[in-house]
Amino acid sequence: MPGSDTSSSRNALLFSILGVGVLALAVANVCLGSATISLGDVWAALVDGESGSSVTRQIVVDFRLPRAMTALLAGSALAVSGLLMQTIFRNPLADPFVLGVNSGASLGVAIVLLVLAPAGVSLTQGLELSGHLLVVLAATGGAAVVLGIVLSFAQRVDVMSLLILGLMLSYAVGAVVSVLMFYSMAERLQSFFAWSYGTFGNVAWSHMRVFGACIGAGAAASLFLCKPLDAMLMGERFAESLGTKVKSVRILSLGLASLMAGTVTGFCGPIGFLGIAAPHLCRYLFKTSQHKVLIPASLLGGAGIALAADLVAKAPGFDGALPLNAVTALVGAPVIIVALIRQRNLRKAFG
Amino acid sequence: MSVPLEAIGLSVGYEVKGQAARHVASDLSVQLKAGEFVCLLGPNGVGKSTLIRTLSGMQKPLAGRIRISDTEIEQMSPKEKARAVSVVLTDSLPQGMFDAYSVVALGRHPHTSWTGSLGDKDRARIEWALKAVGATELAYRQVSELSDGERQKVVIARALTQETNLILLDEPTAFLDLPRRVELMRTLRDLARVEGLSILLSTHDLDLALRSADKLWLLDGAGKLTTGMPEELALDGCIASTFTSNEVDWDSEQGAFRMHNHTCATVSLEGNGAAAVWTRRALTRIGYEVVDNADASKLRIRIVETDGDLNWDLETNGEVSRKPTLQSLVRHLLGQEHIGLSERL
Repeated sequence: MPGSDTSSSRNALLFSILGVGVLALAVANVCLGSATISLGDVWAALVDGESGSSVTRQIVVDFRLPRAMTALLAGSALAVSGLLMQTIFRNPLADPFVLGVNSGASLGVAIVLLVLAPAGVSLTQGLELSGHLLVVLAATGGAAVVLGIVLSFAQRVDVMSLLILGLMLSYAVGAVVSVLMFYSMAERLQSFFAWSYGTFGNVAWSHMRVFGACIGAGAAASLFLCKPLDAMLMGERFAESLGTKVKSVRILSLGLASLMAGTVTGFCGPIGFLGIAAPHLCRYLFKTSQHKVLIPASLLGGAGIALAADLVAKAPGFDGALPLNAVTALVGAPVIIVALIRQRNLRKAFG
Repeated sequence: MSVPLEAIGLSVGYEVKGQAARHVASDLSVQLKAGEFVCLLGPNGVGKSTLIRTLSGMQKPLAGRIRISDTEIEQMSPKEKARAVSVVLTDSLPQGMFDAYSVVALGRHPHTSWTGSLGDKDRARIEWALKAVGATELAYRQVSELSDGERQKVVIARALTQETNLILLDEPTAFLDLPRRVELMRTLRDLARVEGLSILLSTHDLDLALRSADKLWLLDGAGKLTTGMPEELALDGCIASTFTSNEVDWDSEQGAFRMHNHTCATVSLEGNGAAAVWTRRALTRIGYEVVDNADASKLRIRIVETDGDLNWDLETNGEVSRKPTLQSLVRHLLGQEHIGLSERL
């Protein structure tokens, strides 16, 4: 915050609270689950390696840890992606999927699960790919195709047309998916639904490198856009008059946002709500629209929300679990509603 | 010395797909010199905004060239352009959760590194700009809490912060009340003189432009641009021909426009001082032609002052009725059948 010391010390405090909160939630995610593991046991499993029970070690290292890490990365990615979309479209309702990336992903998955699999096409054996990785590839591929179509228009039309274009594409692709579903058998549908509920539990260590690299690259690159994004928030003409390369910033932001959103959807399924809510929550907390504050804040805030939601989805102490998608909305929506009603900052933030 | 802004054979307008381009103005050749404060005037819809956008390099000209400080605008990178010319457009009122200081600081974008962090020089310029437009006390208020007029100041401070020799503003006075408009025009004119800036501003406020601009650019409905000193353009009838319509006439003695009066009755007025001036205006407004010769009219109004109180004596066909206020006089006259108000409307 230029010139104002009170708000910069307030920001520092908020950032440390968020950081500690994310860390605590990550630890809680590793400890809690269908079986509770004490902190000591987790430490033993991680550090001592051989000592301690091998089952505990397996749960911690092979399941809990990658799951917590996935939640952390996915949450950060969706939050920053949502922030970028909201800024570029100057629209508080924009989320990471406004350009139709998730409907593209679901078409890819639907083709694999509902068309190819029943038809007896077994790509998994021929290519020696695991079934899950095939789904990931299908989802990412579908997202990429849709993104390619939308971005090819991004140079030529204004942002509002682009927003509507993405929306129309989503509807059209969604319609194809529902036709596929209409002609599918119940057990096939079940596996498709399972994907569409979303989960952080499907990214194994072997995939983490790709997953982490895509998201890390996207998040790091978005930090370089802080300055032009502030100008873009005032309108593209305003930004242009300040020497911003408007079209490049637009394409780069949309590309980065969709890369992150597409990666998350590919690996974890379509996870709604988080991407639209986290940026609003950060604006409410930090009371600014400046991206050099909001981007890091969204990285932390999104990670926190995702970890908290997964904690609830795992339903510690109970048998079974809740669909992640339902939890993010059920837990998050009231928080956002309260924040907005108390601040009315939606209008402030978008004129 | 280089010319801050020069247009050579410039045609502005829009390319429309599948049709001939729509020309807003053609073959303009014009210069803006250092230290010059110029107002761009013209009737609504004549293309003032289009011209400003084109001169700032945001819209491609249909033909011709624009040179900023002797450099072709097409050869300048976005950053070079932003360092040479700052623009205030009608749609650029600030939005978002920013304090005024941060918005003004955006003007430093062309001068700062990719992080946008501000150095001492940047801060000094921001504070100077805030002071120049009289917005220092607004610095730490959220822009969403400011009035339109205050935001307008912030936007102009942002343009000054950009540290360019050339500033183009599209109707910056639109949201302001008259005193604020006068203030702003004076501020900009002083900046032009003292700092040697070249400022071009479009406005609808002819009166104010006549009083403050060093030069006027008149854009008429045919897309022709006439430039000159305000007083000369008023004298030679250019202002009249640019603006005159069926409803208004240019009054070159008053230096203002006058509405066409569709008079339907005459009235004579006796009296003097401010009371007479404003009574005359009220009568003209409701459709009377005011004459001095009492014999020429059936209706006579005499302003009489007794014990410091003003009264209006209305004489109709020899009958005199006394009205204690101007309001009651006007109401009485409007109630008269022979005004023929219904016919006029």
